[in-house]
Amino acid sequence: MAEFLQFVFSGLTVGAIYALVAIGFTLIYNASDVVNFAQGEFVMLGGLITVFLGYAGVPLLLASVFAIFATSAVGFALYYFAIRTARGANAVSLIIITIGASIFLRGAAEIIFDKRFHSLPPVFDSAPIRIGGAAILPQSLVVLAGAVIIVMLLWVFIGRTLFGKAVIATSANRVAAQLVGIDTRVIVGACFALSAAIGAIAGILVTPITLASYNAGTLLALKGFAAVMLGGIGSGMGAMVGGILLGLLEAFAAGYVSARYKDAVAFLVILAILFAMPEGLFGKAKVERV
Amino acid sequence: MSLIPLAAIIAVLPLLFPSAYYYRVAALVFIFAIASLGLNLLMGFAGQVSLGHAGFMGVGAYAVSIGPSHLGIPSLFSFVLGATVSALVAFIVGRLVLRLKGHYLAIATLGFGLLLAIVFANEATWTGGPDGMTVPRFTMLNWPIRGAETWYWISAVSFLLGAVLAFNLIDSPTGRALRAIHDSEIAARVLGVDVAQKKLTIFVVSAVYASVAGSYLAALNGHITPDVSGFLRSIELVTMVVLGGMGSIAGSLVGSALIVILPQALTFFHDYEHVALGLIAMSVMIFLPGGIVPSLAVAIGGGRRK
Amino acid sequence: MIGKTLSIATAMGVGLAAVFAVSAASAQVKIGAVLSASGPASFLGDPEKKTLDIYVQDINAKGGVAGQKLQLVIYDDGGDANAASTFATRLVEEDKVVAVVGGTTTGSTLAMIPIFQDAQIPFISLAGAVQIVEPVRKWVFKTPHTDRMACEKIFADLKRRNLTTVALISGTDAFGKSMHDQCISVAPKAGITVAYEEAYGPGDSDMTPQLTKIKAKSGVQAVINTGFGQGPAIVTRNYRQLGIEYPLYQSHGVASKQFMGLAGAAADGVRLPASALLVADKLPDSDKQKSVVVSYQKAFETKTGQAVSTFGGHAYDGLMILVEAASRAGGFDRFKVRDEIERTAGYVGTGGIVNMSPSDHLGLDLSAFRMLEIKNGDWTLISDSGS
Repeated sequence: MAEFLQFVFSGLTVGAIYALVAIGFTLIYNASDVVNFAQGEFVMLGGLITVFLGYAGVPLLLASVFAIFATSAVGFALYYFAIRTARGANAVSLIIITIGASIFLRGAAEIIFDKRFHSLPPVFDSAPIRIGGAAILPQSLVVLAGAVIIVMLLWVFIGRTLFGKAVIATSANRVAAQLVGIDTRVIVGACFALSAAIGAIAGILVTPITLASYNAGTLLALKGFAAVMLGGIGSGMGAMVGGILLGLLEAFAAGYVSARYKDAVAFLVILAILFAMPEGLFGKAKVERV
Repeated sequence: MSLIPLAAIIAVLPLLFPSAYYYRVAALVFIFAIASLGLNLLMGFAGQVSLGHAGFMGVGAYAVSIGPSHLGIPSLFSFVLGATVSALVAFIVGRLVLRLKGHYLAIATLGFGLLLAIVFANEATWTGGPDGMTVPRFTMLNWPIRGAETWYWISAVSFLLGAVLAFNLIDSPTGRALRAIHDSEIAARVLGVDVAQKKLTIFVVSAVYASVAGSYLAALNGHITPDVSGFLRSIELVTMVVLGGMGSIAGSLVGSALIVILPQALTFFHDYEHVALGLIAMSVMIFLPGGIVPSLAVAIGGGRRK
Repeated sequence: MIGKTLSIATAMGVGLAAVFAVSAASAQVKIGAVLSASGPASFLGDPEKKTLDIYVQDINAKGGVAGQKLQLVIYDDGGDANAASTFATRLVEEDKVVAVVGGTTTGSTLAMIPIFQDAQIPFISLAGAVQIVEPVRKWVFKTPHTDRMACEKIFADLKRRNLTTVALISGTDAFGKSMHDQCISVAPKAGITVAYEEAYGPGDSDMTPQLTKIKAKSGVQAVINTGFGQGPAIVTRNYRQLGIEYPLYQSHGVASKQFMGLAGAAADGVRLPASALLVADKLPDSDKQKSVVVSYQKAFETKTGQAVSTFGGHAYDGLMILVEAASRAGGFDRFKVRDEIERTAGYVGTGGIVNMSPSDHLGLDLSAFRMLEIKNGDWTLISDSGS
């Protein structure tokens, strides 16, 4: 039983990380239909900017806030200079643009920071919490709480505020939104910035667990993307559930099947789920105009 | 047939090559062009996406490595065996996965590519594990094939053959059906096109292209590692297709040339190499959204649909 | 189509040619290096690159070697063996280097070996696996201790502490796997039983499932973690998180102060084999390596602002062995230099004291490895008698 519980804790720890990355993916996708492969780099930037400001003597809280703002600016810049300029390009071209952006950001991080691994102190510097013979780090609970809080805040923001309604309008039908006077460029740009901010927060929260380095973004983006598709693209709840489910799948595969093949097993399960539910767990069936 | 100028260029290009290094780079360009041509058929013409195509390259690459060294099968047969296995795997995976659309298909193919890479990395007794394995010298009926120069000719001619095949495929009823599917799957189905079967066919064909390219790559390098089928390699292939021009055969070659030659050309940037690479990829995509060749075609005037 | 393809091909050809016009022939002696300065092995390749840059400059400032200045040509393979092969070909055919120090990873090294063997250019590799020098290849040498030696050193220490049953947890990356295989193969001879094995991916963030299974296995007396990068730091933290009490050994893949910072307090009590470079200031003055490691550490840390790492140290050794061989050979004739490298004897480096021979292209023995233990955030030397 203790073993099972430990696997659950491990899955929740890793799953919460994937969930946070997935939520960032979802927001941008909802606003602009773009799958942003640079999302992992936002996470990396949040963590590394905080770390290096910390080395320079800035108090960590201040460093975190600055990192979040700086990363949001990068997200907005990505939209403004790359995505917006390529207006009307098809989906695959946009993906390549975000891939190019992720290479660019990684290259820039290589130069600005360094090529080593870095850590941040956890929020609660206390001993692991022991329940039923298994141990979970307080930071894992922080990440989990962070994911839940962010999803709830987003839900309130998108559902209840005027700006949020504009986001829904833009994602439903861009032209119609423009016709009713919504400046879709501002909306989409803001969503990119917000997504980047979420990514940065994720980076700051997970660095105490995963450690940060300039190329940490690639694997996170990959797993985050898988989580998003598992949960159903476009659904915030789906992103969260998808992330946690993916984490649990990996942990159980490592624990009960084979640690070497845990990623393979997790993917096989995802493929099986997609085979049965081609739009993911919470995805809406796409209506195709003929 | 517009491939004659390409053939002429292939024949003449070596006159510009002062050393084996150039032959090697050119051989790599044609090898990756073969793989990206196959992917282009899938993505550009049939409109399906595959983020795991490097997995098939891996199958071809490991076939010509494992066959001669572990199974005693001569290189040429191993090469054919690799292509057959790729086709088989594509058939099975395709049946399961091609019903998915858009991003879901992307993640499914991505997962499958990762699966193959993980198997190659873990089954060390067969594949040598993450350090890879040596590829026995490729022999064709006991005659060894060595040297970058030889591989240049082999890969360039193979690309030509692959292009001829692609042209014929596109102009055939299957090709027209594929383009119909690309435009609207439902409309194509209404017209009586067996959408599932056509998609599967092109998936299998594109897998064979990738397998051939993978086998050549392994034989050229003499050493193969699991990276050959990794996620980053798959992304490179997709980038080659999109940058060069989806739906354009010449585009596959141009895209491959860009991705293969650019890291060689950018070495003088030293630490700024990746920054430059990312900027170039983004800029090309932003300003030439259809890809290089189609945009050039429009610019030069009268872009003829391939 | 004809215009298009013609223009594209011409652009290709011209582009290639133009770029290489830059590397015009020069009178300097060219030394090549293909390093993984970016990509998953970049925290190995980066100190290697910095070290080579620093010391080639230093050597040139002091007048060069055999009256000639050195020009370092470095290419970044990004951890990709295919790219390494291309750059190796470029070094041989275009840059016409006389020798190569490089190959950060075993994969790139193995991919490049045929190229340098065919071109008959001395190649000093900076990668860890034992198969680089076993079987001995005429033109291939290496400076880092082999993974087999690391296993032997760990096993010797375990025997001294009367711990004979171990569990192995390895990264699935090349280094982790290679050392795992070596440990399995030398364990019987060393009197150690490997009772259980687990693995994790190099990018994973939580290894508690694997460690939980190890903890549940009875009879395990110690755990050895073979891997490099961030994995070992996470394993170490998870180890303490789960409250596992028996000793944890790491590999020389974590031989840098960074590891201690990342693993934090959890690293206390961890032992690992490493070169003397890490404990430079703790060595007794009588130690033959002391002056070399102290001066390298100072130079590296002052010029780069980063803590010293053994990976950079291996690059230093490779360069110096090459340079000293060239001095003895009176120039950079490839054949003479190769012969002199093979005759390296008593070379005191950061990794140990090197004595090569026609059957040994590494030249280090087990005494080149020191057993270290981490106590209170710093390294302590465990002498060969176990204290």
